[in-house]
Amino acid sequence: MIAASTAGVAARFRTGDRVTVRWADVPGHIRTPWYIRGRTGVIERLCGAYPNPEELAYARSGLPARPLYRVRFAQAAVWPDYAGSAADTLDVEIYEHWLEPA
Amino acid sequence: MGEHPHHDDHHDHGRSNAHPGVRPDADESLTYYQVMEIALRELLIEKGVLSAEAVRRQVEKMDAWSPAQGARVVARAWTDPAFKAKLLELGNDALVDLGLERGLFKLVVIENTADLHNLVVCTLCSCYPRWLLGLPPDWYKSRNYRSRAVREPRAVLREFGLDLHDHVTVRVHDSNADMRYLVLPARPEGTEGWSEEQLAAIVTRDCMIGVAVPRAAS
Repeated sequence: MIAASTAGVAARFRTGDRVTVRWADVPGHIRTPWYIRGRTGVIERLCGAYPNPEELAYARSGLPARPLYRVRFAQAAVWPDYAGSAADTLDVEIYEHWLEPA
Repeated sequence: MGEHPHHDDHHDHGRSNAHPGVRPDADESLTYYQVMEIALRELLIEKGVLSAEAVRRQVEKMDAWSPAQGARVVARAWTDPAFKAKLLELGNDALVDLGLERGLFKLVVIENTADLHNLVVCTLCSCYPRWLLGLPPDWYKSRNYRSRAVREPRAVLREFGLDLHDHVTVRVHDSNADMRYLVLPARPEGTEGWSEEQLAAIVTRDCMIGVAVPRAAS
């Protein structure tokens, strides 16, 4: 659901920070795509804070809301054999608890 | 059927009610999730939480959403710089200014330029700005598109007839969580002086997903 703003969100990362997506193979309703786990990118922006979908999926409140970021990855860093411009990128939404400083 | 293959004018009505050449219906048995949906819906109606009429009305409302809403947004952004600035900064608020639904999800509008092309996909399911574009096309929900749009976007775009030069950066957006994305295409040359209505008419659903770009003339 829509979040009013990013104001007041206690966010661990800032735009421009380099982050690595945790590599974890865990069961449940996970919004972190498999292909991006373990990859390193840069925080593009903070999107706001949202109830944790991993909890919501099991009828829990998902609170406290988790900061959600758009993380920008170089395609070449995601797919070693990427066929395309070296400038091509991929933006993925990642919740803070899936990110670590790179 | 089949007894007199060379005498088409001699219909043998007495033997069967089957229409000659009829094929069986393609109805397949219900999937697990279809059964679950029906069971849940029936329970909600039985317990008075919802009515069948309310379900029908909601389906009707969703069916009425169409890419015309999104096209209005794009046409306004092309003609009104202040609106465009607000759209890129606070997408949902800008929609309200146009008299459109705010939407239940946060809208992120991503702008195509001469050097940058945006493409939207939801690799996990079918997340899509439905209140601006209507229901997503089947291909958007296909495993083929969902897996390949992030892996080889340029090849996917070529299959849609869009062959981008190498100097154009391709930026793919995986709509995998709480944002919903709308591509703001670049206004094509040859549309100078056009009205908003004329402009909206060339902005298609595919242009706002990012698998096509609008053209002044087809």
